Amino acid sequence: MTPRAGETTDKVALRRRRRALGVLGGTALVVLLGGCNLPTFWGYRGSTKQGHDEFLLYSSTVIAAIVVGLIVAVLIAWAVLRYRRRSDDLPRQFQYHIPLEITYTVVPVIIVLILFGFTVAVENQVDAVASNPTVKVDVTAFQWGWTFSYPGHVSVTGVTTEDPDPVGLDGNACAPAKDCLGPGLIIPAGETTQIHLTSKDVIHGFYVPEFNFSRYAQPGFDDQYFDLSPQHAGVFRAQCTQLCGLYHSLMFFHVVALPPAQFQSWLSSQQSLAAATTGTTGTTATSSTSSTKAAA
Amino acid sequence: MTLLADRQATHGHEHEHHEGPTGLLKWMTSTDHKLIGMNYMVTSLVMFFLAGIMALLLRAQLASPHSSFLNFQQYNALFTMHGSLMLYLFAGPFAFGGLANFILPLQVGAPDMAFPRLNALSYWLYLSGSVTMLLGFLVSGGAAAYGWVAYAPLSSVQFSPGSAPDLWILGIALTGFSAIFTGVNLVTTTFYLRAPGLTMFRLPIFTWNMLVTAILILIAFPILTAAMVLLFADRHFGTHFYTTAGGGSPILYQNLFWFFGHPEVYILALPYFGIVSDVIPVFSRKPLFGYKGMVFATMSIAALSTGVWAHHMFTTGEVLLPFFSLLSLLIAVPTGIKFFNWIGTMWRGQLIFTTPMLFCIGFLLAFLMGGLTGVMLASPPIDFATHDTYFVVAHFHQVLFGTAVYAGFAGLYYWYPKFFGRMYRESLGKWHFWLMTVGFWVTFLPQYVLGLWGMPRRVASYPSDLGWQGLNIVSTIGAYLIGISFVFLLVNLWVSWRKPVLAGDNPWDAHTLEWFAASPPVHHNFERLPPIRSERPTWDFHHPDARTVAHGNGHRTLVGAGVGPESGNGDGSA
Repeated sequence: MTPRAGETTDKVALRRRRRALGVLGGTALVVLLGGCNLPTFWGYRGSTKQGHDEFLLYSSTVIAAIVVGLIVAVLIAWAVLRYRRRSDDLPRQFQYHIPLEITYTVVPVIIVLILFGFTVAVENQVDAVASNPTVKVDVTAFQWGWTFSYPGHVSVTGVTTEDPDPVGLDGNACAPAKDCLGPGLIIPAGETTQIHLTSKDVIHGFYVPEFNFSRYAQPGFDDQYFDLSPQHAGVFRAQCTQLCGLYHSLMFFHVVALPPAQFQSWLSSQQSLAAATTGTTGTTATSSTSSTKAAA
Repeated sequence: MTLLADRQATHGHEHEHHEGPTGLLKWMTSTDHKLIGMNYMVTSLVMFFLAGIMALLLRAQLASPHSSFLNFQQYNALFTMHGSLMLYLFAGPFAFGGLANFILPLQVGAPDMAFPRLNALSYWLYLSGSVTMLLGFLVSGGAAAYGWVAYAPLSSVQFSPGSAPDLWILGIALTGFSAIFTGVNLVTTTFYLRAPGLTMFRLPIFTWNMLVTAILILIAFPILTAAMVLLFADRHFGTHFYTTAGGGSPILYQNLFWFFGHPEVYILALPYFGIVSDVIPVFSRKPLFGYKGMVFATMSIAALSTGVWAHHMFTTGEVLLPFFSLLSLLIAVPTGIKFFNWIGTMWRGQLIFTTPMLFCIGFLLAFLMGGLTGVMLASPPIDFATHDTYFVVAHFHQVLFGTAVYAGFAGLYYWYPKFFGRMYRESLGKWHFWLMTVGFWVTFLPQYVLGLWGMPRRVASYPSDLGWQGLNIVSTIGAYLIGISFVFLLVNLWVSWRKPVLAGDNPWDAHTLEWFAASPPVHHNFERLPPIRSERPTWDFHHPDARTVAHGNGHRTLVGAGVGPESGNGDGSA
């Protein structure tokens, strides 16, 4: 960069710095606007609407954390490398720099408040419960399995790794096998399912990694409702995350998001089956809890 | 010119010709804070090594997806005891029972703790609590297997029958009382037994942090003990505090537990921040940058820590998310201040990379990443995605390993010459540091990724076709590197015991009063004390030509020695 007429070198440096800042800010803006192209940082993009909101927050928080972390790490590294002992002279014994100290108090407060603002916005999205969901499912966790109860006395119960009523996207058995451990929670894709979550015995964790979401299932608490709105059809592995006793490691389930028409035909066939077999509650199945090996 | 205040006038009769029992009887009956502190350190280090061996067994299990190395019951019992030993019996007692017991009275220029017999009772309660908890391994059914948090109703008699859970609860209650008594002792000692001239704002930061920690102990530990009493009553007396069947609530247990549990995190962190704040200035050959800011940061961390407990309960859906999220996020601010103060201390210093200094720098990097992922977890939506996964496991290990292990062993190496009057070997110490650092990052970085992929914590097996095995093997290798690094510590202690190299009273040209005492300190600690005009009395004494740094006179101000407004207090007339 050549100095313009009448400019001192100081001004050139300032101009350079401004230009660099502009480039940096522009890059940040592009990254933020292209939300869908945010790097995943090993997380999931979120297959539900709620999970995708979480992903945007996660990814931008990681970017902010990397920036802050790099600044601090570079300062540490600089101090360690630059100020190695080089002589026996005592360094200057300074101890306070009030403006600097105020700066590194106020700036983190601002950063934290910005993060808090985004946090509140996203958590309100994630926690929002629709007044008219397409279907309501009661999910009951127990040692060591899950029951999924639908309207019309349809319920699916499976223990540890076994899927009593495998449903797949193509109308046949669930696949791929690695994602299909445990009972299947069948919900419509592109629509909103409301889950009512309880537990029969101890505390369990309802966790679907690709939905970026988990919630405790707690015995005696009847007020846990949340919405899942999968954005596309798919099979999503899931698992209990809260330690719940001996076979906690095997307490799998999975979520199958079916295209709406396919979901409705599955539900009505199950409902008519349930109506036909009076006295029982639809398609239930159990398996031995002594199985200690994943049946993958 | 007499620079030395002679304590003979006030304490002369106490330290002359001290004779008492020797050997085992001395160990059993002593009320000397140094001996009790040493007992605490040795016991807590035994707990640390036991818990470390358990961690290696857990990592061996996870190196393959469906390992039959341990069965599920053994695995659940081992991670429960690993966490319980590390948190209840090592990280806390090592700091406030061991290091603080030994060092704090020396740093304030006191002859002993305020209540020496209570101090001895603390140790014996701690030892009996530790043994009680470990006895769980010997009863039928094996040790408690409900995790170190013992969530109700899993910890109820219905879901965790047998006597091992009772032994665990009793062990927590006993060590809880021991911590409370030590807290009382530390607070009283700091307030009432400071040497003449040692005003509050001349206290070493380690003592400041121990004072604040002790106050936090007095806030938090009674809650834990109460929670355990209620849990025991639920198990045996037919009460229903934590079961909905009788009108109780499992959430009550979580609220009580974490009201202890989160201050506990800072009870485990603040002492170690204190060690780092003492060590970095000594090996930078400068005073601590932003001393007063450091004190206020410590206090605000303590205050905020009593209002963040429910961030462990975001996924219960039963807590007010924004409140606990905001307070949790705000803790990053005082912690950040500490970071910049540590960097400011090193800035333009003359850094000497002894083993304790290396451990402090290791701490800075470990805690930096653990802290940043902690800020992420303080945001409820991110917590929903990662709660109870290996992401959280990696986060709190980075934080706790950073404090209790990096900073804790920085303290051990730093004060070792004071404890025994002899030096450890620098080369072995550096081997320990570098091997442990490689092991630390290799162990925990893969766990973040595993957590983000969806691997839950506390599982003894995982599906083989999810591609999790590779990173688990890497993590296991790292854990064994950490394990091997501690062999260098043990060899170091052995070599220094067999072939002593005398250290002298003040090998580091250190700042604080404990380095003015003999190494090891004599009975009742001090024959004499230097004048105390700043928070660096020992350094001031050894650098009479350097100018004393006085406090509160604006930034970047240097004030001449002996003419500060408070210098008249320093000549030891009690």
